[in-house]
Amino acid sequence: MWDYIKLIVLGLIAVLAAIAANYARDPAYLVNVLTIMLVAGGLFLWSVRRVGEPKLVASEKEYFDGVVRAGVIATAFWGVTGFLVGVWIAFQLAFPSLNFEWAQGYANFGRLRPLHTSAVIFAFGGNALIATSFYVVQRTSAARLWGGNLGWFVFWGYQLVIVLAATGYLLGATQSKEYAEPEWMTDWWLTIVWLAYLAVFVGTLVKRKEPHIYVANWFYLSFIITVAMLHVFNNLSIPVSLFGSKSVQVFSGVQDAMVQWWYGHNAVGFFLTAGFLGMMYYFVPKQAERPVFSYKLSIIHFWALIFLYIWAGPHHLHYTALPDWASTLGMVFSIMLWMPSWGGMINGLMTLSGAWDKLRTDPIIRMMVVSIGFYGMSTFEGPMMSIKAVNSLSHYTDWTIGHVHSGALGWNGMITFGALYYLTPKLWNRSGLYSLKLVSWHFWLATIGIVLYASSMWVTGIMEGLMWREVDANGFLVNAFADTVAAKFPMYVVRGMGGVMFLTGALIMCYNLWMTVKAQPERASDNAFVPAE
Amino acid sequence: MDTYSLLREFADSWMLLFLTLVFTAVIVWAFRPGSRKVHDEIAASIFRNDDKPAAAADNSEEART
Repeated sequence: MWDYIKLIVLGLIAVLAAIAANYARDPAYLVNVLTIMLVAGGLFLWSVRRVGEPKLVASEKEYFDGVVRAGVIATAFWGVTGFLVGVWIAFQLAFPSLNFEWAQGYANFGRLRPLHTSAVIFAFGGNALIATSFYVVQRTSAARLWGGNLGWFVFWGYQLVIVLAATGYLLGATQSKEYAEPEWMTDWWLTIVWLAYLAVFVGTLVKRKEPHIYVANWFYLSFIITVAMLHVFNNLSIPVSLFGSKSVQVFSGVQDAMVQWWYGHNAVGFFLTAGFLGMMYYFVPKQAERPVFSYKLSIIHFWALIFLYIWAGPHHLHYTALPDWASTLGMVFSIMLWMPSWGGMINGLMTLSGAWDKLRTDPIIRMMVVSIGFYGMSTFEGPMMSIKAVNSLSHYTDWTIGHVHSGALGWNGMITFGALYYLTPKLWNRSGLYSLKLVSWHFWLATIGIVLYASSMWVTGIMEGLMWREVDANGFLVNAFADTVAAKFPMYVVRGMGGVMFLTGALIMCYNLWMTVKAQPERASDNAFVPAE
Repeated sequence: MDTYSLLREFADSWMLLFLTLVFTAVIVWAFRPGSRKVHDEIAASIFRNDDKPAAAADNSEEART
């Protein structure tokens, strides 16, 4: 019965998408509905060939790792893609002639920039979070993932979101909200996928066999719930036409700005921080083979983070139409965030107490430690930049970009690499990584790349801020905007080089993981086969 | 009083007090007597069930060690 309902639904979607394509008012919408038509049509054919075949019943005695394996591959793939686009647009800024005339309107900086940010945050980061959360929630609950193939729906549904968003950006579909650029159709689809994700995660927690919910799951759960809430409120918009990509926001003016940065900052706070802290609280203790330094501190870390982060958004709107009290409130809460952030950093680092020698022998631990170090550094820098006086210098300059990248490349990137190195041998049942030496290469390339990136952006950001505010004896501005652009050139080249090193490191990782699966012997295991009982 | 002022006043008085108390209660709860044993037990939970789920009916203390 379910088979037939599925076929009817898929067929209807494919036909409706074809009709919508016929009426499409803009190219972005046209490509998006054609994508949906192909996916639904393909799934229809795939399902129709399997009608009536006996179903494989998944064993509750095994973990559902297929979706995690797919997630590992997707994370590596989107990571490299996102880094590549990042390197490219970094050089577009340094050498504007790379904005080719023939590609204007498709591959110029303005179109590629959201492609880069969404690819690294939502495609790379999002896939890493979905894959690791599925892995961690099963292990710490001692139960198979709830919902059967719903896990696959979440994975493939999320990839579809990425493809719809990416093609939309290139063809000009954007609602001009930073980190929330996708238009209404993609937003609606993401809402469905995300609720399915929430259901799978909570369902697994509900059927857990462990009495307690391990702290990593608290972080993951808060990330899933908060992102659902943020996404819905920031994307309250009304489509202009059902056959076009354009929509109009329900909020306007300063309210819209506030909702956007309430969303934007909590995307950082819950997507890039809470979710990745879930990874830290599982993979660091596992790789160090010691329990977390202080479980009490992790509880305080969690609740303090949750109670404080949600208020920090207004610091993105200092000296704007936003009321003073609101921006002061955002600043104060940002500064208070120092404490839980550093509490969490200490907790992660001190997990290694008594095992510091592992830093010498295990490059994966080294990666995780550097990642926690960058977490501490960027959560120190962030509150500092949220102080109004500092913000008046740093805002709109490259300092902000440097800050974001020390967090994103250093903290999110490195902890994800660590998790991928941990997961691959486990998931493919290999005796170990193909080459630890290559991990070391990756580690140093990435670390030096981030240092080049962050330091060049500090220099150029502060220089730019100082040049903008420089006035002569008569009170006239000394520098034109173009003067700052010219002065930044050397730092832009250094930043691009840093990006090339980071990308090279990621490519080395992909090769290493590929060879791990392909060439490493199987792990001698007593439970590779679970007897049918 | 308009909605904005009403909500604003409620938010920075009773709601603020309520959330502060909830937060304090959570911290106090984390430090309750006897929590150390529980926390050690949870912190060690990541080292079991690495390869396969816990057996269905077997949820005793023994099975989890």
